[in-house]
Amino acid sequence: MQRVDPRSASVATICPYCGVGCGVLATPDGCGGAAVAGDPDHPANHGRLCSKGSALHETLSLDGRLLHPMLRAGETLRRTTWDEALDHVAQGFARIIDTHGPQAVAFYLSGQLLTEDYYAANKLIKGFIGSPNVDTNSRLCMASTVAGHKRALGADVVPGCYEDLDCADLIVLVGSNAAWCHPILFQRMLRNKQERGAKIVVIDPRRTATAEEADLFLPIAPGGDVALFCGLLVHLVANGATCDDYITRHTEGFTQALDAAREIAPTIAATAAVAGLREVDVAAFFDLFVATAKTVTAFSQGVNQSAQGTDKVDAIVHCHLATGRIGAPGAAPFSLTGQPNAMGGREVGGLANQLAAHMGFSSAEVDRVRRFWNAPRIATHEGFKAVQMFEAIARGEIKALWVMGTNPAVSLPQADDARAALAKLDFFVVSDNVLSNDTISAGAHVLLPAQAWGEKSGTVTNSERRISRQRAFLPSPGEAQPDWRIVSDVATRMGFGDAFHFQSAADVFREHAALSAFENDGARSFDIGGLATLSDEAYDALHPTLWPIRAGETNGRERFFGEGGYFTANGKARFTAPEPPSLKAATTAAFPFRLNTGRIRDQWHTMTRTGKSPRLARHSPCPFVEIHPADAAPLGLIDGDFARVSTRHGECILAVAITDRQKRGQLFAPIHWSDETASFARVGALVAAITDPHSGQPAAKATPARIDAVAFKSRGFLLSRAPLRPPIAALGAKVAIAGGHALLFASDSALPLWLDYAASLGDGGDTAEYQDAARGIYRAARFREQRVDFCLFVGREDAQSAFDTAAALFEKEQLSTEQRKALLSGRSPDGAAEDGPIVCACFGVGAAAIDAAIANGARSVAAIGETLRAGTNCGSCIPELKRAIAAARACCEE
Amino acid sequence: MSEPLVIIGNGMAAARLVDELSKRALGRYAIAVIGEEPRLAYNRVLLSSVLAGEAEMAEIELRPASWWRDRGVTLLYGAKARAIDLATKRVSMTNGDSIGFSKLVLATGSRALRLPLPGAQLQGVHVFRDGADVDALKRLAAQRKKIIVIGGGLLGLEAAYGLAKSGAEVTLAHVTDRLMERQLDKDAAELLKLLIESKRIEVLLEARTTGIIGDERVSAIELADGRQLAADGVVFAAGIAPNMELARDAGVSAQRGIVVDDHMETNIDDIYALGECAQHRGVCYGLVEPAYEQARVLAARLCGESDIYQGSIVSTNLKVSGVNVFSAGDFMGNDGAETISWRDFGLGLYKKLVIDEGRLTGAVLVGDTSAALWCLELICSRVDVTQWRDALIFGRALCERKAA
Repeated sequence: MQRVDPRSASVATICPYCGVGCGVLATPDGCGGAAVAGDPDHPANHGRLCSKGSALHETLSLDGRLLHPMLRAGETLRRTTWDEALDHVAQGFARIIDTHGPQAVAFYLSGQLLTEDYYAANKLIKGFIGSPNVDTNSRLCMASTVAGHKRALGADVVPGCYEDLDCADLIVLVGSNAAWCHPILFQRMLRNKQERGAKIVVIDPRRTATAEEADLFLPIAPGGDVALFCGLLVHLVANGATCDDYITRHTEGFTQALDAAREIAPTIAATAAVAGLREVDVAAFFDLFVATAKTVTAFSQGVNQSAQGTDKVDAIVHCHLATGRIGAPGAAPFSLTGQPNAMGGREVGGLANQLAAHMGFSSAEVDRVRRFWNAPRIATHEGFKAVQMFEAIARGEIKALWVMGTNPAVSLPQADDARAALAKLDFFVVSDNVLSNDTISAGAHVLLPAQAWGEKSGTVTNSERRISRQRAFLPSPGEAQPDWRIVSDVATRMGFGDAFHFQSAADVFREHAALSAFENDGARSFDIGGLATLSDEAYDALHPTLWPIRAGETNGRERFFGEGGYFTANGKARFTAPEPPSLKAATTAAFPFRLNTGRIRDQWHTMTRTGKSPRLARHSPCPFVEIHPADAAPLGLIDGDFARVSTRHGECILAVAITDRQKRGQLFAPIHWSDETASFARVGALVAAITDPHSGQPAAKATPARIDAVAFKSRGFLLSRAPLRPPIAALGAKVAIAGGHALLFASDSALPLWLDYAASLGDGGDTAEYQDAARGIYRAARFREQRVDFCLFVGREDAQSAFDTAAALFEKEQLSTEQRKALLSGRSPDGAAEDGPIVCACFGVGAAAIDAAIANGARSVAAIGETLRAGTNCGSCIPELKRAIAAARACCEE
Repeated sequence: MSEPLVIIGNGMAAARLVDELSKRALGRYAIAVIGEEPRLAYNRVLLSSVLAGEAEMAEIELRPASWWRDRGVTLLYGAKARAIDLATKRVSMTNGDSIGFSKLVLATGSRALRLPLPGAQLQGVHVFRDGADVDALKRLAAQRKKIIVIGGGLLGLEAAYGLAKSGAEVTLAHVTDRLMERQLDKDAAELLKLLIESKRIEVLLEARTTGIIGDERVSAIELADGRQLAADGVVFAAGIAPNMELARDAGVSAQRGIVVDDHMETNIDDIYALGECAQHRGVCYGLVEPAYEQARVLAARLCGESDIYQGSIVSTNLKVSGVNVFSAGDFMGNDGAETISWRDFGLGLYKKLVIDEGRLTGAVLVGDTSAALWCLELICSRVDVTQWRDALIFGRALCERKAA
């Protein structure tokens, strides 16, 4: 329940998750919490929020928060003062610079930092420490788009805006499970489909929730995208669908690109063969594309996280350039970003291959920034990109690292290697807002408490180049500080105080805006000079604004390139012949599968925020791997049991989810779990560190892998008011639950050991037990003041439904006798309340309630929505609702 | 012309037999019932309720006088049968009368045992078997006397509860280490002890009574460990013995009870037995349900129908208000059977089910016995319960929901 004093004012801010950048109205409750609602006035979401955004209020607790600076003292970290911590950090970096030179220092930043934080960090390391070695987790998600944009468009510019999704007649989604990863944009697309009849084509190796809404679904082979869009380019030419005038006037290199495309995919048949598709589907897609002028091709990690990501991006961009479908309403290639401020980081230039503000390392650009910053020691060449950076750390070239707001020990490819590299650092600083994560546990020497979402204030930029204010609505807890201030304080103690006189986020922003406009004659797309003189009040009140907004302008620009005007030297877009498509690592007899990785609907990144929300935990509570039934059967894999997934780089033990939505020969595992939340579920450790040659972005979706069944004697769960981790559980995953802690586990310990464990937990006071030894079942619960104090279930079978029911009872403040009796049954005390797994996370509606509504005659998503409200907010569960309706229908027909 | 049928005994078995007979063949027999107690047949099971003041004697009568009259039954209550003459087919009574029969049914029941202890005949030492016992005990309880009940079985517990409820200060002395050891396992007995103690009854386990002390009236009992416990009254509730002497004296075969075959017929033609006095396949039942099943079979037999009695699955229901206890079948789970248990003493709840080859073969329910009848059905019907197994102990509603 969100309890809020209606008299308190709401604060307009921006959601901290994906790159859609939805407006959120947060109303603080005065007790450290807040109610959240979609901001009806924000142009990204018009008041809607997805399941994750709707649950933001469940993520605000200070549990596990880093609230004070900490210094390593042997095995442990001790609390210290800001003074001591800042001196320690400044001296630590100075010592390394003195001994090994500035190149031995690196920063690793995050797409969740605010633009102001990014700006300060980039300025310190590149401008004043003089090291180019700053990169960010955006390298893992957006770098190929950046490289593709710069190569083809001359600048990292998203040509369109969200309104294009509302008015396109064809939306092609490539490597994007937008239904789960960008739910609010996907709802805009679906509304377009419903109201205007727009067609949706989904291109993805997995039949995702997004694919289920498609008019046409192309289950492409991994790495097949370049061939598909080369084939499309050839087809467009063959069918006279190109816009030769646009090609001639505004582009160059078309002939070479077309020649290369003809080599790769000369015909529909050849395209289908390389992309692993049916000819009929390829032809249908090509015909749709030919026939539809207003086409948006939106793409995401399936395109970016590839060893050929840059070529993939440009193969898509080429088809839009060749048809002139760019910069017009409803026509654009459109990158959907994954983080709330990946775009802001790109604008700042907080990446190793950019200097600042859309400027690179040409001598003229270096000189310009040097003068603007008054920074004589400024870095003059590109630094190490993320994967290279950690390799350089492992080699000992980089000796000091500052990680801000991200968890590279989990998210980098070959994450075990990355974690091992961190342990070698001479000096390792982490600023974050958690006390513990895999990166901190890798051996951080200093922890600096940063403000979290709701406490910090600044700006973020979303996927359509819209700058919005993220505003504070909670008091800053403990000694947490904004990242820009922490950076400035360190800079000051290193002797760079003159350049870091920032008193507020607004100060930082004005300087950032001024740099974007500095000697910018229009050659640089990123220019927000129009915001460089905002007063503090105007900055606070800043409405969501598209960039560019040049000095003297009051409105940003919606679209680019409709009339050319590319940011290349000659103003023309550049076609580049792609490399022939191939996957860099081959499958072998030992590693016969391809491992794809990605997000799930209700978690985000490494779960430090979403992992606190009980309702988000219920959709997919434990780490899993998806596999096709025909692949699973010969390996003896059973749905709900466990499997070891291994690659040349690492291994995980994951729950098996058998589904025909997965293609044969491919596995899918979500990226979210870490050692902080589960055992043996660091999926990043499995991923090969193979990168795109242009962008340096690692390929995260095609690592050769094997999968083997793993048997455990028993499995179960533990719910407890106090955190517990039974040593006799071989495998465990933490699950968020209100008022306590939950652990799903598997175990090889015999039943009597679990009886002993339960007995060891308490005074034996008010306890209940259920036992069926022949079936390997033991359950115990302890009660205190009419609440469940702990509850243990051990059995041989998957305990998912029992977990849901027991968790619901655990969360109650007072149990009735009937509820207490029901607890150990693993079944709900009354039929209606037996929810099953949560499908609609926004309103907490479970599968059982939905099935019941369907059985009572609700035969459409709208009807279910009327009855249960499910699907009426973010809509990301609508594909699942449709599946349930279809399943019920199939059942009736039998 | 109706055949004369004489039933000796006016208890629950007799009443049920008359009922069954009149349903099948009203008028075929001219029935006479000889009963020692000077009242209409009553529900003996509810005597503990009368003792507890929860019911009146009149309320527990099984049938009104008119019912018997309507069925043409001659009721000879307050009359004790003295002997059976097989040659003349007559029953003689202590009052000098005699009555002839064509067929004779022995429904003589059983009597409470008085332990052969020194002092067992003192004043204030009672048993708990019939209406007269109840009257005496109620008088004692009303004076708030200290009463010791010897025996922690079904009967002893019910007596102790009734006495406590009627105002007595009650101690229950039981010889073994747990209550109702013939019907309950250790956990169930442990919970039962807690529940009984919550009814203001002191429970002493492993307390073997070795003597009753007093001059004319009881004043204390002595235990094997030497302790003496002061008492104004003592109730023996330490077992029952089938009343079979009348039959044995007449030459009817009797061992622990009157031996009957699957038709409830003794070794003598036209002489039958049922209820607590009968021994069928080596078993004497001390409960009412087997007597009712036997009555049905015997009535069928007497009406020329073929039905046989193959023994009963015994179930126990303790009738102590607020202390529900049920046990049935192979509740100990012997011979490699599997057990499912659920204990929540905080709720006063314990359940155990015994499963053998996928079938329910035994059950113990304490606290919540709402599933008792269902368990008994499952045990008797021997249906395979595998599909419900995980929900079984939590009740029928869950199982059926699961199956739906």
